[in-house]
Amino acid sequence: MILGIPPQALFSQLLIGLINGSFYAMLSLGLSVIFGLLNIINFTHGAQYMLGAFVAYFLLQGVGLGHWWALLLAPIAVGLVGVLMERLLLQRLYGLDHLYGLLLTFGLGLIIQGLFRNSFGSSGLPYAIPSELTGGRNLGFMVLPNYRAWVIVFSLAICLATWFVIERTKLGSYLRAATENPGLVQAFGVNVPRMITLTYGFGVALAAVAGVLAAPIYQVNPLMGADLIIVVFAVVVIGGMGSIMGSIVTGFGLGLIEGLTKVFYPEASNTVIFVIMALVLLVKPAGLFGRAQ
Amino acid sequence: MAGHQAVVFALMALALVVGPFVVYPVFLMKALCFALFACAFNLLIGYGGLLSFGHAAYLGSAGYMTAHAAKVWGWPPELAILAGTAAAAGLGVVIGALAIRRQGIYFAMITLALAQMLYFFFLQAPFTGGEDGIQAVPRGMLLGLVDLRNPLAMYFTVLAIFLAGFLLIYRTIHSPFGQVLKAIRENEPRALSLGYGADQYKLIAFVLSAALSGLAGGTKAIVFQLASLTDVHWTMSGEVVLMTLLGGLGTVFGPVVGAMIVIGLESYLAQLGAWVTVVQGAIFVLCVLAFRRGVVGELAHLLRKPL
Amino acid sequence: MIKYWLVVMAVVALVAPPPAQAEVSDGVVKIGVLTDMSSLYADLSGQGSVIAARMAVEDFGAAKKGMKVEIVSADHQNKADVGSGIARQWLDSDKVDVIVDTPNSAVALAVNQIVKEKGKAFLVSGAASSDLTGKACSPNTVHWTYDTWALANGTGSAIVKTGGDTWFFITADYAFGHALERDTEAVVVKNGGKVLGKVRHPLNTADFSSFLLQAQSSKAKIIGLANAGGDTTNTIKQAAEFGIVKGGQSLAGLLVFITDVHALGLPTAQGLIMTEAFYWDANDKTRAFAKRFAELDRGIHPTMVHAGVYAATLHYLKAVEALKSDDGTKVIAKMKEMPTDDPLFGRGTIRADGRKLHPMYLFEVKKPAESKGPWDYYKLRATIPVEQAFRPIDQGDCPLVKK
Repeated sequence: MILGIPPQALFSQLLIGLINGSFYAMLSLGLSVIFGLLNIINFTHGAQYMLGAFVAYFLLQGVGLGHWWALLLAPIAVGLVGVLMERLLLQRLYGLDHLYGLLLTFGLGLIIQGLFRNSFGSSGLPYAIPSELTGGRNLGFMVLPNYRAWVIVFSLAICLATWFVIERTKLGSYLRAATENPGLVQAFGVNVPRMITLTYGFGVALAAVAGVLAAPIYQVNPLMGADLIIVVFAVVVIGGMGSIMGSIVTGFGLGLIEGLTKVFYPEASNTVIFVIMALVLLVKPAGLFGRAQ
Repeated sequence: MAGHQAVVFALMALALVVGPFVVYPVFLMKALCFALFACAFNLLIGYGGLLSFGHAAYLGSAGYMTAHAAKVWGWPPELAILAGTAAAAGLGVVIGALAIRRQGIYFAMITLALAQMLYFFFLQAPFTGGEDGIQAVPRGMLLGLVDLRNPLAMYFTVLAIFLAGFLLIYRTIHSPFGQVLKAIRENEPRALSLGYGADQYKLIAFVLSAALSGLAGGTKAIVFQLASLTDVHWTMSGEVVLMTLLGGLGTVFGPVVGAMIVIGLESYLAQLGAWVTVVQGAIFVLCVLAFRRGVVGELAHLLRKPL
Repeated sequence: MIKYWLVVMAVVALVAPPPAQAEVSDGVVKIGVLTDMSSLYADLSGQGSVIAARMAVEDFGAAKKGMKVEIVSADHQNKADVGSGIARQWLDSDKVDVIVDTPNSAVALAVNQIVKEKGKAFLVSGAASSDLTGKACSPNTVHWTYDTWALANGTGSAIVKTGGDTWFFITADYAFGHALERDTEAVVVKNGGKVLGKVRHPLNTADFSSFLLQAQSSKAKIIGLANAGGDTTNTIKQAAEFGIVKGGQSLAGLLVFITDVHALGLPTAQGLIMTEAFYWDANDKTRAFAKRFAELDRGIHPTMVHAGVYAATLHYLKAVEALKSDDGTKVIAKMKEMPTDDPLFGRGTIRADGRKLHPMYLFEVKKPAESKGPWDYYKLRATIPVEQAFRPIDQGDCPLVKK
């Protein structure tokens, strides 16, 4: 027994927590990238996550293309939607108070979620676990479903790949420079507005990938992003808005903490993230990994 | 009160007195409670420049407090509503003190985080009844004299509460306190350099806003005889932002108009299910892109007088 | 001058009593179907309940008898405030005389209160809480179809008697879930079993993994699912992922509808035991009803909730006809006076506390090989006779029942 709890219960909840953490990490990564460059709080992120899951659902139902195709096609499709959004709507708000960007994306999220809810109800559509990934592995302390293991592996891969591109490649360095001083970077001949548009599209695509991964385990449901988005914001704020590594570490970390809380004090498992966020904001407002602005 | 604003106020009051004979009174009462809520919210953002993204916390907590006081402790409605207001004010002190220490988007995020914590607390706490809410809250006898189960009696009570709250907010905005608050919103360092304790002013505005939101919430609990989780959920915080934005941030009558429109739309579209959410989203988008001053704001701009 | 008259009107309105109801109000019997149209209970009630109500009005032959009957419907979204707001508006200003269905016990309890205050009628089919004929019983409410006590008694005792004597509950965190858990726990303990643990989840949860793992680590033989609709099907599907049944534990769906079995599919659902009040394939009359219903509801076969809406509406209309009035309290009293007889539940009675009495049935889900086609899902394990199916009238703390 560890701390009065059988180790089985502890490890199994931690593993579940890690799985939840993968989604937090991927979603907060997208949000962080968008906030870092555009200074926009993308409240539509939850709806875009949901769109990813729905695209996966349509691909399966309509065209018979399964999970692997969805992982490729859904982010592209939803990313394009994001690019359109940015070009047509968000661009007009760049000179104004951040508040308006927040409200606009909040409104867009409501529209998208409402439209889908009207068409599909809110009780969720079934999406089967891809046949290659069914079944589970007995780890001794629990049976780990293969699909959930895949979720952890894939999201880690995506997160690290994104971090690498942004922090270690030339493209990434242009991005980071444009965040700090867009005018100067533009003067050097880099097409900053196009970069912004593509970055927004990329952040949205990340949300869509998370949606595709979520479809088999969380039900494809028009409201699947609505309550998740608030938690993801908390993760981004704790990690540091604009910090890539911060979002990844905090996302997985918070998943683990949530899992731990479920063992010792399950009723508080939903609240613990916000307690931590409030504490971090009071002590280190730029976040654990963020830079003060 | 400035001349033209007094006229508008009188017209509004008259319309509201005649209202229940023309329109379903319960609908009007709902609109009035939300109008008070929106006015209280507007005090903070329109005049204090502080966007609170968790204002539902005050509406809902007061609702639970009032419902509990009226049902379980058997308090008369006026004391129950006061209890709710006090609870919301207390909450405002705590959350305000924590949130004021940060600015802009971080301020908004703290208020959101703390409101979410409160939501989960209410979800778990046995006295709130979780998903069931506190039901069968008695309307009681106002001051031991007036039976509030009579819809008209209830309506005029709500109207009185709304008008009182509205006038209080008006007085606050047009007082020296209000002027300093506006100065802080415009340029905090300058206000500080002039010797005004910016944090105290912001905190007082916050607590006042929270208390009046609580007044709205407590009254609503008595009218509907129910306190539920919907009133502490973050979507409720979003709704009050919508009402204020649509009506006109920083205008006196804007939030009232905004609340009436939003509640009216919701009622009207209720049979169409989730279209309500779509319409709300569309209003947000339209307001932000093309209609930033809101209904009353645009009107005021046209008339070149503050409304 | 106008102000003076306004004041006079206000004073008069404040003190004047409401007009008394003597006949069918406004010449129309207006039925309001309040249900969940878009969320987790939409399939087991929802639009199907509206269809069932319409079929009842048709079969009653209202037109031929010269009675005008109208049906309206609304979605309560599983929220007590939305549901009670709709009920209030319906009864206050839309002239609705009776409210029907209301799945979700929290909403039903709220509406129960409002209907009682306004002296109208409430026919509950979808909601389960046994408190509706217990602490919250009302002279204006009839609880048709089923309740948590009947389910606990049927499924609970059947399982304990066959060896499932240690239980772990996964419960939906609202009135219904608590009531079902409480009633089932009582049955388990009465039959010598033990409850090893419980966990509560919010309504409409998508991911049950952590709750299932807790259930798994408790090592209880039976994991009782005190939830319904989408929550139940999700729990069952995810339990398969984590190898719960393979590990030796059994799942007991305490409230399962045929639409849930349809959603799960026979391979996953086979062997599930549940208690229901109605099955479409029971006899020729129910089969005829099901055929008509399926044509109107996209091929979906009626659940017991739909059947309850039909039967309750039919009996209500008969009572209105006999009384020549739609005064809520009087009609409900008449409904209790008249024995019931309809093609779906057969003959039955309504007790003083509002509880409709009929036998309950213990079903088991067929194996895929045993089923001849879609919706052919159940085999009958046992019939629980009327005298044993529902909680004895004196055990409910209903204030209407004299001790």
